Amino acid sequence: MMEAILGRYIYFMTALLLVIGLYGMIAKRNLIKKLIGMNIFQTAIFLFFIQGATKPGATVPVLDARLGTEAAHYINPLPHVLILTAIVVSVATTGVALALLITIYRRYRSLDEGIILERMRRS
Amino acid sequence: MRERYENPIVEGVARLMVPLIQIFALYVITHGQYGPGGGFQGGVILAASLMLLRLTLGEEYEHRRFPPSLAVLLATSGLLLFVLAGLLPLAWGAPYLNYAYLPMPGLLEPEARYLGILVVEIGIGMAVWGTLVTLFDHLMGGEAQ
Amino acid sequence: MKWLELVVLGLFLALLIYAEGDLPERGDPRAPASIHVSPSYIEQSMRDTKTPNIVTAVLADYRGYDTLGETLVILAAGLAVSLILPRVKTPRS
Repeated sequence: MMEAILGRYIYFMTALLLVIGLYGMIAKRNLIKKLIGMNIFQTAIFLFFIQGATKPGATVPVLDARLGTEAAHYINPLPHVLILTAIVVSVATTGVALALLITIYRRYRSLDEGIILERMRRS
Repeated sequence: MRERYENPIVEGVARLMVPLIQIFALYVITHGQYGPGGGFQGGVILAASLMLLRLTLGEEYEHRRFPPSLAVLLATSGLLLFVLAGLLPLAWGAPYLNYAYLPMPGLLEPEARYLGILVVEIGIGMAVWGTLVTLFDHLMGGEAQ
Repeated sequence: MKWLELVVLGLFLALLIYAEGDLPERGDPRAPASIHVSPSYIEQSMRDTKTPNIVTAVLADYRGYDTLGETLVILAAGLAVSLILPRVKTPRS
């Protein structure tokens, strides 16, 4: 039982980061804080995906002449490839979200969720 | 943040560092096959060097040297390079994006694929560079409140 | 309404911790993520493409189609920002 918990400690940390990001997206009223919560959530997903690639006693996936081409000497390269593109896509998504926030601020003069909803109901 | 930063130390250091940053970014793009690196990483470093220039030298000077329309042109031509490198094997009866049939005389199959990877990495670097500079320009432009 | 949000988050955390009992341990060499197609990538990358960096070879050669779609997504995001926000005004001195 203790070994099962000690071998899986990384999943507890990833779940904690996911809950912190979700708390920022749901419970905060400022729009910028919601955006930061989304970024924390994305980082937790990247961490969860990458940690599944390690092998005991293996090194980075760049072929070394002294180690040959055995599969047990290098860590799994496939999650690294997928997360590489996901990181750049998350930067572009944050850029689009910031552009939308600028437009909302120019129209409603506030970045608080309750005040924006009230002004939308009035106009 | 849109006027020139009036301090000779900041301006001197920025003018010295930007060519070094760009040479390092070129090294990261082209040596992506021998160590960590590649198209995405080098493109982001190139965009960072351009942002340093725009922050310290003022926008009216920089918009004449590197206008925002050039950034859009760079981004789309990077993607065009990628698509054309994939369309070329179609002329020889091979599937799309299969670099083994690129028409170079006297090259074995592994070296033709090596060349295909290099061309694709340069295209990706240009696309990421142009897109990040466009994001920066449009988020910082417009009238100040 | 604050307590409702906290209850939902607590349930979410409990669900995640319950679900991780089925996942493999950290660093297990027989995990399903490491045994299907990635050993063939590691062993044949040097013979097929002469590229020592396996990650770049997989990104640009074995999975080049995904990289094409992903570059298109980045370009679409840049295009969306340039259409949402107004034109960049070059200041005239």
